[in-house]
Amino acid sequence: MTDMQAKPAVVPDFGDDDDTDRKLVIICSKGNLDMAYPGLVLANSALGEGIAVDLFFTFWGFDMITRSRQKKLSFTPVGNTAMHLPFGGRMPQWLSPFPGMTWVATRMMRKQIDDLGVPPVDEFLDQIVASGGRLWACQMSADMQKLTMEDLRDDVEGIITAADFMDLSEGAQTLFI
Amino acid sequence: MSTTTLAGREIHVDAEGFLTEYDEWDETLAQQLADQIGIAMTPEHWDVVRFLRADYAETGQTATTRRVNAVGGFPVKQQFALFPKKPGKKMSYIAGLPKPAGCV
Repeated sequence: MTDMQAKPAVVPDFGDDDDTDRKLVIICSKGNLDMAYPGLVLANSALGEGIAVDLFFTFWGFDMITRSRQKKLSFTPVGNTAMHLPFGGRMPQWLSPFPGMTWVATRMMRKQIDDLGVPPVDEFLDQIVASGGRLWACQMSADMQKLTMEDLRDDVEGIITAADFMDLSEGAQTLFI
Repeated sequence: MSTTTLAGREIHVDAEGFLTEYDEWDETLAQQLADQIGIAMTPEHWDVVRFLRADYAETGQTATTRRVNAVGGFPVKQQFALFPKKPGKKMSYIAGLPKPAGCV
């Protein structure tokens, strides 16, 4: 018995004592449904590992944080040769641009995402912000699209310039998506 | 798989120290696991841990923070407050379950 108690318990190292300032900045530049998710998944995972995350939305990525658009992101198989069909084979490229294909492909992808228990874009951003993630919008994109803070989610902290972004991303690992 | 001794008994753990046998866990042990990683258990902590245990029994998988929120009803913010920095790993450790396998 004493022998057993002398054996030290194996305790996971959660890194609480590490003095880390690891920080991730993710630039979200795409507004297609399929391209919205990589940044969201990585941001969420990083936050769950105690890593600070800032998300910077630019160009088409603006749709992810624009209130009237963030629930309407679509997926198109046009130009995507890796689009596989549920019953086997690939989607023929000549078929992709047909009317209604984007609608069908979007519905399919939304269902696949939902089946995995992964939330839609707007709810995913809710979760990221609740986990401590911070959202920023690009000034030039806002100007181009004539959008203001009024048009964006309430939790977007500001519309910032490229120079502000340099301050934001100082010392961070930066991903461009 | 190796064993370690905690709360006066031998338990099976993986290389990191997460329990590998669902039935070797009880709340006395959970209290010890929590102490080891510096979490002071409150009734709110127990609610989350009990949900994780029940959900695992049902699904065979450790719930992610998303599921703990969506199915368990514990807001993500609360999970981060109760189990700081790495809620997914910390709560599964205390609940005697493997780390969550899902990405979200």
